[in-house]
Amino acid sequence: MADKIKVIIDGIPTEVAPGTSILNAARQIGGDIVPPAMCYYSKLEGSGGKCRTCLVKVSKGSEKDPRPMPKLVASCRTNVMDGMEVQNITSPEVQEARKGVVEMLLINHPLDCPICDQAGECHLQDLGYKHGAEATRYEFDRRTFERIDIGDKIQLHMNRCILCYRCVYVADQITENRVHGILGRGDHAEISTYIEKAIDNDFSGNMIDVCPVGALTDKTFRFKSRVWFTKPVEAHRDCPTCSGKVTLWYKGEEVLRVTARKDQFGEVEEFICNTCRYDKKDTKDWVIEGPRKVSRQSVINSNHYEQMQPLPVVKKNLALQAANKEEFERTTKL
Amino acid sequence: MGRKLLLEHINVPGINTFEVYREKGGYKAVEKAIKTMSTDDVIEEVKKSGLRGRGGAGFPTGMKWSFLAKPEGVPRYLVCNADESEPGTFKDRYLMTHIPHALIEGMIVASYALGANTSYIYVRGEMMPQIRILEKAIAEAKAAGFLGENILGSGYHLELYVQPGGGAYICGEETALLESLEGKRGNPRIKPPFPAIAGLYGCPTVVNNVESIATTVPIINIGGEEYAKIGVGRSTGTKLISASGNINKPGVYEIELGVTVEDFIYSDEYCGGIANGKKLKAVVAGGSSVPILPANLILNTINGEKRLMTYESLSDGGFATGTMLGSGGFVVFDEDQCIVRNTWNFSRFYHHESCGQCSPCREGTGWMEKVLHRLEYGHGKMSDIDLLVDVSKKIEGNTICPLGDAAAWPVASAIRHFRDEFEWHVTHPELAVKQNYGLAHYADPLPAPVEA
Repeated sequence: MADKIKVIIDGIPTEVAPGTSILNAARQIGGDIVPPAMCYYSKLEGSGGKCRTCLVKVSKGSEKDPRPMPKLVASCRTNVMDGMEVQNITSPEVQEARKGVVEMLLINHPLDCPICDQAGECHLQDLGYKHGAEATRYEFDRRTFERIDIGDKIQLHMNRCILCYRCVYVADQITENRVHGILGRGDHAEISTYIEKAIDNDFSGNMIDVCPVGALTDKTFRFKSRVWFTKPVEAHRDCPTCSGKVTLWYKGEEVLRVTARKDQFGEVEEFICNTCRYDKKDTKDWVIEGPRKVSRQSVINSNHYEQMQPLPVVKKNLALQAANKEEFERTTKL
Repeated sequence: MGRKLLLEHINVPGINTFEVYREKGGYKAVEKAIKTMSTDDVIEEVKKSGLRGRGGAGFPTGMKWSFLAKPEGVPRYLVCNADESEPGTFKDRYLMTHIPHALIEGMIVASYALGANTSYIYVRGEMMPQIRILEKAIAEAKAAGFLGENILGSGYHLELYVQPGGGAYICGEETALLESLEGKRGNPRIKPPFPAIAGLYGCPTVVNNVESIATTVPIINIGGEEYAKIGVGRSTGTKLISASGNINKPGVYEIELGVTVEDFIYSDEYCGGIANGKKLKAVVAGGSSVPILPANLILNTINGEKRLMTYESLSDGGFATGTMLGSGGFVVFDEDQCIVRNTWNFSRFYHHESCGQCSPCREGTGWMEKVLHRLEYGHGKMSDIDLLVDVSKKIEGNTICPLGDAAAWPVASAIRHFRDEFEWHVTHPELAVKQNYGLAHYADPLPAPVEA
């Protein structure tokens, strides 16, 4: 192992291996100081740098060259230098720029969360809650596209797309014979398959998992349930093509959908094949490992949009409190 | 009469052919460089000349060349950026059309200096005639032994290729150009790594503008020190300026850097004054992406000095009261021109040309264009003006490549200097469609600067 280099992010010192990006260094520290990433994906080579939500300020370049960097930099694609000092949440400039980027991402977004299958596990939703403005200043028609079927199992809603290019990298790097990419330029650019040719590949379903928004959705799951009414369970099976390690999403006895397991940054741990994803929706196909740990902040955890906060009236009445507790336990039980 | 180095023989009939060009002293720089100078000598000469990149950014060319990584066993490339598509700039097209051999000769000298054995000229797709002209010139040079194997018996070999682009403005950004040259979608790369380390096909690459490369020929011929004597301060040598707009004599002029802006606009040697006896209202001094300035600020700096056509003088006062020399696209507006309309037009261009890779530019350029369209056609609100300033700030500096900045600057500067006109468009929506705001106070003498 090469010598570790020192970097200070928002006043928190850490030591990382040379060649680590600022974003990954921040992830090693963890907590609030991790910049949001909409396009960067650690498992996809060449991803990142596009969405600009992870902009940070480098207030000291390195030990050798202490000059600050003139512009905000994309933390996902800038490597740390020895002695670098980075400001993320402590810099008002960064917060302002991030707010601007989020506004730009949302001006043409349909905001159809109430009918979007991604709602509840959507990165743009999280980002909007954290950094978005209350009202839009954009007073023009939002751009619209036709819905496209990418293969028989994936539906593309281009309206919701933020052009992070993650799915393009999946098609490039995980599947053979790339048939989908970006057409057009500027704000008319759209994801599409080559002359709308269907994607027919064992691993194409991973596009759904990498999509940070609801642009690519699983047609076998569409409109079945809100994600916060489903219960995630980790399971595996002996799969000849992939690792077979998945998360099953139950509603009652029924497996509504199968996804790859995601880590705390919303990134897939191991990509899974289409057979596991679409065709094995029965408990007997799987070896159950146990319930999946879901972050306290997630709406999936609370089973509601809001956190399980008892109403004021409940707090006063002991009988109601007991009933509320019972109800809470019942709903959180598998 | 200023000294001409690039366009000295522009009026000689047949200068576009090899024979006439050679007769007029062409390819002497190649002979001098390859026979008598080492590669480091050539780079040293260019460094001494103080030549600054003519494509817009003004980065010293000699420095750029010396930054090129030279690992063993890896080819190096020189790429000429002839994707000139900035509105208001047409100097490279002129040079390539009339003296193609100047570029070819420059390419040979520069490739020799950098040790490149394969070089490319990336020409904008719309310039089909120029592509044919260049290909013919390359064939002529090859037949005369200046290209190909063993040039002038020195053992140095060089192949030169012309690559037509697809006609996208973004492919003028150097990394997008390299992507396009590799046959991919012309999206700018994220830097670092810079092309000097990993450029074309992952090899060290230098990307230079047409004019920068052609200028190496007179530098080698007369010597770097002699060249540095022309011009003022750090702006050395001559520069091609594409003058257009409401002037009597639009066209491409070669000026010695250091001519005053007033001279350039009004003297008969250059633009010959404003057409039809009108008054000057505003100038875009370096192509559409640089800040626009009103008449009073373009002729004199805020401190009351005469503004010169140099990199330093034009940017005097920063973005508050200055602009940039940029690529030398000098667009003159007379009192009948509407700044709001012009800003909308520029904005429309950047909206159309944004590659769509990063969010602020993709969404922001379209937003600004729509708001400006609304202002121009009399549906605007007072708050739109501040909204535009805010959006331009959100784009500027937050994008991968400089296109975001280039889209933001003209809008921000137009509102900074011509806010009255924008407000007039809001308060007089019906008049704004029918007539123009006129000259107003934009040519008034500047107030004396306030002492702090």
